[in-house]
Amino acid sequence: MTPPLPDSTDAPRLSEMEKRILNAFQDGFPLVPDPYAAMARELGTEEAEIMEILDSLRERGILDRIGPLLRPHRAGWSTLAAMNVPSERLEQVADMVSTNPHVNHNYERDHEFNLWFVVTAPDKEAVEGVLRSLAQETGLDALNLPLEEAYHINLGFPLS
Amino acid sequence: MILDTYDHRLIAALEQGLPSVPRPYREIGERVGLEETQVIERLKALREAGLISRFGIVVRHHTLGYHANAMVVWDVPDEEAAALGELLSALPHVTLCYRRRRAAPHWPYNLFCMIHGHNRDTVEAQIETLTRECGLNTFPRAVLFSHRRFKQCGARYAHTAKPENATLESAAPNRDSQRASRGQQGNVA
Repeated sequence: MTPPLPDSTDAPRLSEMEKRILNAFQDGFPLVPDPYAAMARELGTEEAEIMEILDSLRERGILDRIGPLLRPHRAGWSTLAAMNVPSERLEQVADMVSTNPHVNHNYERDHEFNLWFVVTAPDKEAVEGVLRSLAQETGLDALNLPLEEAYHINLGFPLS
Repeated sequence: MILDTYDHRLIAALEQGLPSVPRPYREIGERVGLEETQVIERLKALREAGLISRFGIVVRHHTLGYHANAMVVWDVPDEEAAALGELLSALPHVTLCYRRRRAAPHWPYNLFCMIHGHNRDTVEAQIETLTRECGLNTFPRAVLFSHRRFKQCGARYAHTAKPENATLESAAPNRDSQRASRGQQGNVA
């Protein structure tokens, strides 16, 4: 269901064990007291090797973190927002938006609405409060495009 | 499932990921005031209730060679969106698909999907194919490729604490390419 790793010259070289780890544990990470040892048992290696590999993947910028992805609108609230920013102000406005701790993705896209960001907060009112304060700071109103229905959420990237 | 204070604390404690120690759940438990076994049982319950949609390694897709990212949006009748969304979701290059609220008059689109690929040409060809295959040709459409990433990190659901709080570290503004690529594919607003 997900695309195979592109055959890219600048894609990182991964060892066989690294690929096995990434393919096996993007979901179903062991919920046991010694998860790294459990991974090692499953892959036929040692806990120390697993931990070394995970640290190395982290240092090389491949692994972001190990943890949960939350279903939207269950433990908190979020929205996708977009601003139509004059091009000469884009960097300045993007900085102001990124500074807000409730903004976790902030991208430039090629459209009249050229700045797209995700706002997450404990509840809907808090999300709307973040949008209002960003509007005040930047002088620009954002489109507020909350999720209504999810059809598909990616469950990880397979590595071939 | 009703979440209590400890569930929220646990979710907040995990925003930075599991620590790299042999007993990571024990360490997380110490931060939130739970026993190791309670941390594990709560995470299992959250996973089973579907509140956690996956639990595991979150990769930085950009570092893995996925450089072209397009958000493709259509304006379709709301009652047809679910069926079209299911069709799109079955296609290999669609990583996210959902319906969002419109924002008339500026934003008429309600059906969204995200496509990740190696380069722009490939992704453009994939968009034409999937538009045809799903019978979306007749609906108004926009394609928005991403350019600069100003920020990408894990979601922050917890209340904003004092600025000196260490957990705010990842939220500091920066354009450093490695730190800016923090994040995951499955993030849905």
